[in-house]
Amino acid sequence: MHVSRVSVIVVGMALMGATLVGCSSGGGSGSGGGDAANNLDGVGPITYVQGKDNSNVVRPIIDKWNAAHPDQVVTFKEQSDQADQQHDDLVQHFQAKDANYDVVDVDVVWTAEFAAKGWLQPLKDSLAVDTSLLLKPTIATATYNNTLYAAPQTSDGGLLYYRKDLVPTPPTTWADMMKDCSIATQNGIGCYAGQYAKYEGLTVNVSEAINTAGGSIVGTDGKTPTLNTPQAKAGLQNLVDAYKNGNIPADAITYQEEQGRTAFEAGQLLFMRNWPYVYNLAKTDGSSTVKDTFGVAPLPGMTGVGASTLGGHNAAISVYSAHKKTAHDFLAFLESSDTQSFFLSQGSLAPVLSSLYDDTSLQAKFPYLSTLKASISSAVPRPVTPFYPAVTKAVQDNAYAAIKGDKTVDQALTDMQAAIQTASTGN
Amino acid sequence: MSTATEVVGAPAGVPRAPRTGAKKKRRGETRVAIYLVAPTLILLAVVIGYPVVSAIIMSFQKDAGLDPATGLFVAGGFAGISNYAHWILQQCLDTSGNTISCPPGNLGSQFWNATGVTFFFAVVTVALETAFGVWMAIIMNRTFRGRGLVRAAILVPWAIPTAVTAKLWFFIFATSGIANALLQTQILWTSDEWASRFAIIIADTWKTTPFMALLILAGLQIIPEDVYEAAKMDGATTFQQFWRITLPLIRPALMVAVLFRILDALRIYDLPAILTGGGGGTGNATTTLSILVVDQIRQGFNSASALSTITFIIIFIVAFIFVRVLGTNVVRTQQAQQKGAAK
Repeated sequence: MHVSRVSVIVVGMALMGATLVGCSSGGGSGSGGGDAANNLDGVGPITYVQGKDNSNVVRPIIDKWNAAHPDQVVTFKEQSDQADQQHDDLVQHFQAKDANYDVVDVDVVWTAEFAAKGWLQPLKDSLAVDTSLLLKPTIATATYNNTLYAAPQTSDGGLLYYRKDLVPTPPTTWADMMKDCSIATQNGIGCYAGQYAKYEGLTVNVSEAINTAGGSIVGTDGKTPTLNTPQAKAGLQNLVDAYKNGNIPADAITYQEEQGRTAFEAGQLLFMRNWPYVYNLAKTDGSSTVKDTFGVAPLPGMTGVGASTLGGHNAAISVYSAHKKTAHDFLAFLESSDTQSFFLSQGSLAPVLSSLYDDTSLQAKFPYLSTLKASISSAVPRPVTPFYPAVTKAVQDNAYAAIKGDKTVDQALTDMQAAIQTASTGN
Repeated sequence: MSTATEVVGAPAGVPRAPRTGAKKKRRGETRVAIYLVAPTLILLAVVIGYPVVSAIIMSFQKDAGLDPATGLFVAGGFAGISNYAHWILQQCLDTSGNTISCPPGNLGSQFWNATGVTFFFAVVTVALETAFGVWMAIIMNRTFRGRGLVRAAILVPWAIPTAVTAKLWFFIFATSGIANALLQTQILWTSDEWASRFAIIIADTWKTTPFMALLILAGLQIIPEDVYEAAKMDGATTFQQFWRITLPLIRPALMVAVLFRILDALRIYDLPAILTGGGGGTGNATTTLSILVVDQIRQGFNSASALSTITFIIIFIVAFIFVRVLGTNVVRTQQAQQKGAAK
């Protein structure tokens, strides 16, 4: 008997360690009022924190800054290339009130959460940045509670890739695109696909559908759901109908960006919604069969250009930074025309500066640039809410069930509405 | 295990030491034992005790809520058992503070579903792995040319990191992947309700059967050959040899292997997280308890602490039941063996 009791205790303790160790770091509560008032004119060396610099754009930019500011050197702290890990790394350093994380690069959907935690320095008064030259929707992603908390740094918008050998003029409305699907049927290929696997991409696509139809997921306060409208219903219904009648092929329910790109490059899709990064790959990939036969257009809307979802990143100043003046100047430097132009030419990152999209030399290099400007100009951010993880989960779960036909559109929207409401109550 | 029992206290049946000298000596030994065990206990307290206690305390705190005036997060305060009610009774609060049943899309609504999925995976995978494991172990235990090669080959899936395994099967089960090409089907392996569950089961069985086989092989190797010879002499068939000799004798090893696998399977995370993302069916057909915990960590630590405490208790109960059953079995078998030897 002794043996078994001791074994139970040993096994139990091992289990405790395995299941609970992940949760030991406590949740943060927001205050930060004091920290946000400190060090506003602090000048000196700072650290810039960003995820993996895949296209090597950050180091050259920082070298350039450091050459011009030897007394305010910027050090680059590179994180992993996984968004979740970047998020958790930032949270841990903020919770520890780390003064060494001066300027941080945040995904557009994290900005409100970090701002509400009191970790981001409001960019006002002496720290205000000039946003007049930026594309309007990018500013919205960095604004929480009518206060700008971050400087838009890079953007991204959805594009409609289409086969110009089969459809000479791209459709401008959703209804036209659905009509063009008969061409796909004649050619024995799928018609249209976006990203419908159950992950963040589904939220992107569903919010595009809802915003395009004139609806919205949450109201301007960032937490009250607004899905009980005919517009929101019409938006989701478009996706549901298209999947049901086969205009969106059945296997698109498993698509993330890459599966869609592979199918399009293999010539199996007439239309595809995807990000600008696909453009160069579809032009140059050895396996691409559509190198010279595809074009890009803005996403189709109800009557005109559709409402794309915004991607991209914002740069923000930590309230715990000791050198906020330098941090602020560095933000302005990141948003300068030279830097933005370098981001685009070196890393194909969509700039936030409106003027660069009209630059003819850049347009020659990136033929999709004017289309992308149209896309981003009419884009709508995903819900700017501190409860984003819960909101995106509510959207994904219910939209996924609706698209697969397991739930009516009405029921899905009712559930989505209720789930987003519970998100803001904590339980 | 037996040393631990002696340290804890002498069994009632042991006769008392007749002389004080022996008593003193034993007291000295006890002190030495305490010194020897103390570092381990302290280490356990730091790395296991502290996180557990901290998580349990956190599970009774509300997650941070928004102060409507400033739009900033403020600490949620004492929650009572509401975090536990949230999961077990699936209770949520609406915006005016009334208790409602958690709507789909809220993680709270998935608790019982995730529990069911987790147990389903545990039972099916462990059953399959045990069956295949016994079979593989018997093959590996034979003497034949190339046995070393076969043993090494069988171990390969176990040596591959789970994340890599998951990615590997993710490509196999892609819509235009090898699985569909071979079967001439168009099954959506990662999004159909049952197809996605079986995708996980197949991948897990593939990966973990070698582990079972290895533990069972260890049990097989201690069976002396003469038992089989005696059985053959008496005219036992191969099946009878397996059923009457092999199985009872490997039973202790088998039970330990099954216990390990059940505990492992009940906290399965990486395989479904990477292979299906917890999706399938209406979106949560392969969401296990661990996946739910990780999802909740991003939405609120305190509620996640409550969920991981519940998960821990569930697994603990299973382990407890198992160890009690297993423990008595082990003891009985040993006693039986001893009796047999004494005869």
